[in-house]
Amino acid sequence: MNKEVAIIGVGWSGFHPSTPEVSYKELMYAAAVRAYADAGVDPRRDIESFVTVAEDFIEGTSIFDEYVPDQLGAALKSVHTITGDGLHGLATAYMLIRTGVFDVVAVEGHSKASNIQTLDSIVGHAQDPVLNRPLRLNTHFVAGLEMQRYLHDSGSSLEQCAAVVVKNRHNALKNPLASYSANLTAEDVMQGPPLAWPLGRLETATPVDGSVVIVLASGRKAAELSDNPVWIAGMGWCNGSASLESREWSTLPYVEKAAQMAYRQAGIGDPWDEVDFAEIDDTYAYKELQSLEALGICAFGEAGELLMQGAFDPYGEFPVNASGGSLGVGHLLDATGLHRALEAVLQLRGEAGAHQIEDVHTGLVQSWRGVPTTSAAVAIFDNQEG
Amino acid sequence: MGMRKVAVIGAGMTKFVRRALETPKELSWEAAKMALDSCELTMDDVDGVCFGTAPDAFDGVHMNGEYCSDGAGAWNKPFMRCFVGGGTGVFVPIQGWYHVASGLFDVVLVVAEEKMSSYYPHAQAAFLTIFDHTTERPLKPNLLWIFALEMNRYMTTYGIRKEDIARVSVQHKRNAANHPCALLGEANITVEDVLNSEVLAWPVQRFDVSPVSDGAVALVLAAEHVAKRLTDKPVWIEGVGWHLDTAYWTNRDLAYPRYVEYAAKMAYDMAGIKEPRKEIHIAEPYDPFDYKALHHLEGLQLAERGKAIELYLSGAAAPDGDLPICPSGGLLGVGNPIAAAGLMKVAELFWQLRSEAGARQVPGQPRRGLAQAWGDLMQVGTVIVMGR
Amino acid sequence: MTSRINHFPGTSLNEQDFADGKVLFVHDALKAEYAWDTGIAIGTYLAGLKRGVILGAHCRHCRKTVVPPRTVCEWCFRPMSEYIPLQDTGTVNTFSLCYVTWDVRRIKEPEIPAVITLDGASQLGPASLFMGGIMHKLGEVNPEQVHIGMRVKAVWKPEKEREGAITDILYFKPLPKEEA
Ligand SMILES: [Zn+2]
Repeated sequence: MNKEVAIIGVGWSGFHPSTPEVSYKELMYAAAVRAYADAGVDPRRDIESFVTVAEDFIEGTSIFDEYVPDQLGAALKSVHTITGDGLHGLATAYMLIRTGVFDVVAVEGHSKASNIQTLDSIVGHAQDPVLNRPLRLNTHFVAGLEMQRYLHDSGSSLEQCAAVVVKNRHNALKNPLASYSANLTAEDVMQGPPLAWPLGRLETATPVDGSVVIVLASGRKAAELSDNPVWIAGMGWCNGSASLESREWSTLPYVEKAAQMAYRQAGIGDPWDEVDFAEIDDTYAYKELQSLEALGICAFGEAGELLMQGAFDPYGEFPVNASGGSLGVGHLLDATGLHRALEAVLQLRGEAGAHQIEDVHTGLVQSWRGVPTTSAAVAIFDNQEG
Repeated sequence: MGMRKVAVIGAGMTKFVRRALETPKELSWEAAKMALDSCELTMDDVDGVCFGTAPDAFDGVHMNGEYCSDGAGAWNKPFMRCFVGGGTGVFVPIQGWYHVASGLFDVVLVVAEEKMSSYYPHAQAAFLTIFDHTTERPLKPNLLWIFALEMNRYMTTYGIRKEDIARVSVQHKRNAANHPCALLGEANITVEDVLNSEVLAWPVQRFDVSPVSDGAVALVLAAEHVAKRLTDKPVWIEGVGWHLDTAYWTNRDLAYPRYVEYAAKMAYDMAGIKEPRKEIHIAEPYDPFDYKALHHLEGLQLAERGKAIELYLSGAAAPDGDLPICPSGGLLGVGNPIAAAGLMKVAELFWQLRSEAGARQVPGQPRRGLAQAWGDLMQVGTVIVMGR
Repeated sequence: MTSRINHFPGTSLNEQDFADGKVLFVHDALKAEYAWDTGIAIGTYLAGLKRGVILGAHCRHCRKTVVPPRTVCEWCFRPMSEYIPLQDTGTVNTFSLCYVTWDVRRIKEPEIPAVITLDGASQLGPASLFMGGIMHKLGEVNPEQVHIGMRVKAVWKPEKEREGAITDILYFKPLPKEEA
């Protein structure tokens, strides 16, 4: 088993629809302080490199990486920013430590979604400026197109998609971080307002504010600092077609490739048997089903049926998004992958509280950067107790 | 784990032009294709792609990395985009380095692209949003301010004359006359031309500044076992370093770039360099403005504080001097499509160290070179040391 | 391999190509609006400006006073909760005479941006790499007379017009000789 890099500390702050009491810097600081205390490290002395994930238009600041170091204890240190999901940030830290040059690296991601007055317009500017944007469609339309084709090809149903929402928002009832926990029926979900039919508004995760910081260490350093390290057994990431005109709509080949990369490193042949639980993309409800299939956890077209049988419930054979996922907790924009990683770490340490899953050793985390991208990442974590 | 050796085995670049016909995707692909062709590889041989461009405001595209990803060759590949402002061009090969050095990748394509001309009416206005949104932006700062403030502080602290600083611009623009991709190469430019050019933000004048432009550069990086199979002239990445100083830039002395010093020390330690002035044979410090090259040479420990100008006055910095500086022509001469300009410096080292730099080739077959970039709020240093 | 390659890609356009309609383009403007939470430190700073006071933050561990205030000291990573009023006078650390506006319009009379180290905050010195400086503009001064080391004082907006923003200070002007 891969014992080169471990997660030795996690911290978070916010996780509310708005956080008017703090600036983005203060939000990041609160998460960082908790993560460093959890890891037992002093950032000025012990952390050698820092990675953040951020996008300029989301921050409202050009070359936002400027404003990262101070509140993380990273001033005048090796800091860089990538535009990626939090799992891309985690993969970056994983690579940095594997070079042998760094022993302790911190990763940060945050969302101040509540401060963005024109989020849909900004996301619209991720569309091809010449070919797609002039059509002036709200970017959720890309999810509508994908869901339509996915349902058509896989045979999955609207009821099954709605059941994802019911499960995740119900799971969120046990998670103190969650903003959108609820007891709903599939009927409630399907009768909600349409967004980009067949996609409904209630099948779409709502943004929240929050920051997550994760501290990673080399095997040598983890042994010294931590009595509950969570090991990174594998990391994979991949992009698909950037253009809408040339992508597969019913399957997610880039998620599949990212998963294969991570499984290869972790030595996983059959994730259904070898992984105990997953925290995966549910930005839109159908994505959970589509992603489960791309991850090879079940065959194409099977996820909906397994869901209805309860296989993905917290007490099912393969719990998926026991935290409540993005539908239940809220969506942290590009920090979402770090939120899922945080939930997986808590599970593997046995610290997930009311939503703790029994007897878990290996967890899978997967994230997608949202419409209109085809950018995904996958991580496999292990507590080495199994 | 033991560190894996990483080599540069191919390079390509587009011309740097004021306004390119090609889209950002097309510029990226032109450079990437040329880099792959130069080492006889195809996209099938590439395990992953690293991409640099900053900021999104130029292109007016949110998640610009995702938009450009297929142009950079990342369709069906692991793809990462880094950004550290102006330091990005030298950071993106560092990102490629850690991809390969981690053991996860054998061949990585590194692409840096910038298309600044799309921004209307002028790319400079896009820089308003680099300032703090609450404490600085309401003052309507111009990007030139920070350079002018830093240049004034540097000149005044060390007593350096403008007519001496102009020598940097003259040297670099003359060097660029030999670069086939250069936008502003001028073999006959003089110090008087620089001193007589329009005052933009005193002490900064028109010819102290590099031109905004469009362009792309690409490199192919490979692990040792692959590099040795593919080329008999690999150029090794011997050391990398990067440091980011506090964002509170009005709380530090701008006369000296400590972050460049720290980044250089990190790279020198990795490369086993003890006396950089003796062990570096060719240097491409970041030169978006002429004084910046001096500032950076001092941070890089290639000159004492306030003394870098002597390299130019003595002729050491000339292509046939004992420490050729920016033989490419630098940003002042070749042009400044931000991320691409930084990577152009690394490509120049690759060509110079392989003795393939054509009319720009410096004599004496240099063995080791350094490239450096800088950016953000006078805040980040990125350094790469390469050798053959 | 530049010595072996004589053709480089990249096609240069000129403004005339656009004027002549030889090149097609798409025009679009980004609608991006934000309402940034100012939080504890900057919120306190802005409230101070509204009252005509410039607040700094003091770190007991590093023994330094900086501006604007922040909730954590970036050098020792200890919380910074001591906010203290600074004077509205200071010293020009560096300046420029800028003949181009932020959106690249040429102007006759230069704007004079400066970094000003405020009295009451940390100053650069043999033992100090840090200073309590802010960026602002200079006014009521002949551009030719501005110099590094010049003593200046804030000129405030009338109290009724202040809104809790950095622009509540209009600019800094030279201190009269006897006060300097
Ligand atoms: Zn302190």
